[in-house]
Amino acid sequence: MYVAVKGGERAIESAHAWLAEERRGDTNIAELSLPQIREQLKLAVDRVMAEGSLYDPDLAALAIKQSRGDLIEAIFLIRAYRTTLPRFGASRPVDTGAMDCDRRISATFKDLPGGQVLGPTFDYTHRLLDFKLAAESEVPDAPTREVSSGAVPHVTEFLNQEELIESAPHDDTPPPDLTREPLEMPADRALRLQALTRADEGFTLGLAYSTQRGYGRNHAFVGELRIGAVTVEMDIPELGFAVEIGEVTLTECETVNQFTGSKSEPPQFTRGYGLVFGQSERKAISMALVDRALRWEELGEDYVGAPAQDTEFVLYHADNIQATGFLEHIKLPHYVDFQSELELVRKLRREAGEEQFQEAAE
Amino acid sequence: MKDTFDENAERKAWMGLLAKAPEGRVAALLDATMARPVFTWLRAPEIGSTMIRGRAGGTGAPFNLGEITVTRCAVTLSSGEVGHAYIKGRRKADAEAAALVDALMQGNDAKTVRAAILEPLETEETLAKTTRAAKAAATKVEFFTMARGED
Repeated sequence: MYVAVKGGERAIESAHAWLAEERRGDTNIAELSLPQIREQLKLAVDRVMAEGSLYDPDLAALAIKQSRGDLIEAIFLIRAYRTTLPRFGASRPVDTGAMDCDRRISATFKDLPGGQVLGPTFDYTHRLLDFKLAAESEVPDAPTREVSSGAVPHVTEFLNQEELIESAPHDDTPPPDLTREPLEMPADRALRLQALTRADEGFTLGLAYSTQRGYGRNHAFVGELRIGAVTVEMDIPELGFAVEIGEVTLTECETVNQFTGSKSEPPQFTRGYGLVFGQSERKAISMALVDRALRWEELGEDYVGAPAQDTEFVLYHADNIQATGFLEHIKLPHYVDFQSELELVRKLRREAGEEQFQEAAE
Repeated sequence: MKDTFDENAERKAWMGLLAKAPEGRVAALLDATMARPVFTWLRAPEIGSTMIRGRAGGTGAPFNLGEITVTRCAVTLSSGEVGHAYIKGRRKADAEAAALVDALMQGNDAKTVRAAILEPLETEETLAKTTRAAKAAATKVEFFTMARGED
């Protein structure tokens, strides 16, 4: 049975008008400006940029305001906007070794060139609500210290010198792009990393945690975590050379993982890698753990059936826009589908009733 | 990579400096220096995106990290020089100012433009970077060994 339904335009219009009013809230309270969101809810902005897969803090701030702080809705808005942009090209791979680090820590080496730099971190705070923030107040200037010049090399470089860790040899294979071709299995590491960096933070965190609890355990240490600005450089065809187009803030995590060797590889430490837009170390560490778990095949490890080892499971369920799209569509009108289900159940009940009647008669 | 002479090194440096300047800054410096030169659009300001790439493990095979909004434009001065701009963000006015400065740097006013626009931008960029680095330096951990477990 086919039932065409029309109507509801006025209800929809009224619903959207009410949404706008509710979004604004009490008009006696000052309206939130985009610069306020951009500057004071920076980590929310960073998450929307990372999972929206578009670096633009002003747009992310707008999306957060429009979505009333629902970050997945904001990510949806950014993803939709992204598709309207013409693609000018691709950048040269960013050099995270040359990052201007706000933060740089290692859980494996106490004394390392460049030092342990805590940066503006929540770590070591007491996680007690600070009621001073409830009142408007002046913030004192952060202390400064003389800057010691010198490189801040990646931690894995020291281990590389002894060949104790697998190397990540330079390679210029053009990477696949899941925004251009549908995500298909098998997915190589480049494709997995692209999917993971835009993956839902909660989903990635849960999977990473599962590897720590034993589902595909790979004994990860945070070899290094760094947050800071890197320069983005792109080749300009009409000029014939590359120029810097600006800087972006990134969070990078390199894990050092225990590895006893396999049929194809000698015993040495292996690596997991996380790189995420903005300041987002929970996501970067999670990404590195999941990346390492997904590398079981190329390292000749056993597949133990852990969810974090299952590339198809991870990549097909990590995108919160795909997930929410499919999940939430079931709340939209399904009157026709449901009508046929209803007919079916009635028919089955009728048949079952007739059989019972017959059995009783016999 | 930097051992070979790069004939474009100077221009690359100033285009990068112009791209990284804070919003509105290039335009403000340009307007304080001179009346804007007469120009025609070779390419009117246009907003698009660039795919940023990273490398697996920091040094390995490239992968696509995510896009960034970019504004680009190109101008031709009445004196013939062509200026280009590719800058991050959705900033048409900034792209226009950057392209104009790029064109001016190729003409007779290069010296003036360098002193009045590029040099202040350079100073400001260095100051911003050192201020941030000094705050990071203040959070550097100094370890003191309290007791060793071996004795």
